[in-house]
Amino acid sequence: MPETSRRGLLFGTAAVSAGALLTACTSNEPKKQPAADNQPAAPDDKPGKKVTIGFAGPQADHGWLNAINENAKSRAEKYSEVTLEITEGSNDTAAQIGQVQTLINKKVDVLVILPADGKALTQVGLQAMKAGIPVINLDRIFASPQAYRCWIGGDNYGMGLNAGNYIGEQLKDKKNAKVVELAGLDNLELTKQRSQGFADALKNYPNVKRVARQAADFTVESGQAKMAQLLQAQKQFDALWNHDDDQGVGALRAIQQAGRDDFLMVGGAGAKAAMDAIKADNSVLKATVLYPPTMAASAIDLARALGQGKGVGGMSELEIPASITLYSAVVTKDNVDEYLPTGFS
Amino acid sequence: MTQPVSPAQRQQQQDGQVAATATSPTGQPGRRRLGLRPDVRNLSLLGVLAVLVAVGGFTKPEQFLDSSNLQLVLTQASVIGVVTVGMTFVITSGGIDLSVGAIVALASVWATTLATQEYGFAGILFTAVVVGLACGLVNGMLIAYGGLVPFIATLAMLASARGLALQITDGKTQIVTVDSVLDLGIPDSYVLGIPPLVLVFAVVTVVGWLLLNRTTFGRRTVAVGGNAEAARLAGIDVRRQRLYLYLLSGLCCGIAAFLLVVLSGSGQNTNGNLYELDAIAAAIIGGTLLSGGRGTIVGSVLGVLVFTTITNIFALNNLQSDVQQIAKGAIIVAAVLVQRRTARDGET
Repeated sequence: MPETSRRGLLFGTAAVSAGALLTACTSNEPKKQPAADNQPAAPDDKPGKKVTIGFAGPQADHGWLNAINENAKSRAEKYSEVTLEITEGSNDTAAQIGQVQTLINKKVDVLVILPADGKALTQVGLQAMKAGIPVINLDRIFASPQAYRCWIGGDNYGMGLNAGNYIGEQLKDKKNAKVVELAGLDNLELTKQRSQGFADALKNYPNVKRVARQAADFTVESGQAKMAQLLQAQKQFDALWNHDDDQGVGALRAIQQAGRDDFLMVGGAGAKAAMDAIKADNSVLKATVLYPPTMAASAIDLARALGQGKGVGGMSELEIPASITLYSAVVTKDNVDEYLPTGFS
Repeated sequence: MTQPVSPAQRQQQQDGQVAATATSPTGQPGRRRLGLRPDVRNLSLLGVLAVLVAVGGFTKPEQFLDSSNLQLVLTQASVIGVVTVGMTFVITSGGIDLSVGAIVALASVWATTLATQEYGFAGILFTAVVVGLACGLVNGMLIAYGGLVPFIATLAMLASARGLALQITDGKTQIVTVDSVLDLGIPDSYVLGIPPLVLVFAVVTVVGWLLLNRTTFGRRTVAVGGNAEAARLAGIDVRRQRLYLYLLSGLCCGIAAFLLVVLSGSGQNTNGNLYELDAIAAAIIGGTLLSGGRGTIVGSVLGVLVFTTITNIFALNNLQSDVQQIAKGAIIVAAVLVQRRTARDGET
């Protein structure tokens, strides 16, 4: 099999270097620029052929989405042969469809799309694929697998699962432990997945019961308002899982205002403020479950590999995979230093 | 008024009387309109509130009737309450301000930028108020002297103020580090058990009530809303009056933004989301006519309290947001229906 091994060698070289870049965003990064990474492109990863990547995402009106944009931009700048065509973010489905169509007309080589609404953007994903432009679907998944070449995103169910298991472990010796959930926007599919994962995890711990759940809007204001009500409704409980660190700023404020410290709190997403609080260990916030915005940088890596016909490092595959789900790690005081560089503000 | 007349006609007749008696506050029609007698609409709203309190007390007696819960309900009503007082004036004058939520957002993020935090409490308060006033000034100039319809002018402000807020924050949450601001939202600072936010809300309400019911400014507002042409003929500078009204709404937004910063300890471009709808709904439920010419501060404040109490009862009973939204819509309709009935019975 000399031919196969030659090809394997060729792809392997490219793949290893791409892999180094993929892992670079989760390992040691310079402290100066926390959300993105300043890691130079690996020296053995020679610039390949020129690739123009079109990037269309939702409006960055939220810490995590803003971090997504920054990650994508800074990663594209690392590659001298990559040109990033980035559109104005929009939460309006029709506007985003128009933007993607513009990128198709511009004949970009690869598209990276983080749809405001995955289902609603499916058609335009199909349109791009039919026009011969491979699509990397970022995070919010299209309704049809035909609409993308590769999906990369976070694990919402796993986020709930890991949060639930962490809380369960902390409370496993406690009789009749009570848990409260402060969910995100209830009309988003991802909120239901997070809650489902959380409920499933708690089934592993019969002594732990979820006594209340309220949905907020992912904003500081709603987090404060809903948490203040929850604290009023539940005079005593042992743990709180809050789906989102942005609304967690408000939730922590409400907890401070109510003068409560009789429970442990677990956040979600991985904001820098949350990680700082976990590290300082001076509040009820003891952990946060990651939903890493680094997936945007990885999407650029994948788009580049796709444009240049490469595979992914460290894997035997000759092509990039059809889907990649990021792991929702639990960040606690013990490992916070490792993850702090990925924290977004 | 025994003849069956449409509410609009009745309103016009009354406004004619108001304009005529504008300079004599002792005139009988004026007295009635100026709200010396308890308004039947407000009474019915008080009834709605009483029912809600009964429901809350019945379903969750221990939590709902707790004094800390009363503090919470009033605190949560404060921010939107202050906005609603300003909105009541604008709607009474026959206008509308769709930009209140966006102004709150812009004022709060500008007030929480790093630069203002260097100047501490005063810097944050000053910035919030000035930004609110500035937005109100732009709205007022566009409407009063630019000839733009209030709906369009404030819609444009909504879009641009939100955009500017997003630009300033870059999508990030600006966390306040000034202790003197943060401490205002902590129970230790409560005066006689009353949170400072609630005190501000109370002061704004009283000032608003006096302004609308006891001053020339208030009578001019009602007259402009009832019949702008008649008001102009009666010697009122309608354009200047309109300018003042949007300035007033902007000022209220600035104050509300500061309260929100105290409450949430941060500034975010999503602050004040949908405040325009909440404030308009509260004012309408309170009995302020969307077509202008009639406004009641007490009604608006009761409207805000009804909404906040509903939200509180829902949360205490752990109802999910879908149920909350449906019930909220039903209660708005019910409140307005009850009110229209009692108002009709009371007047004819």
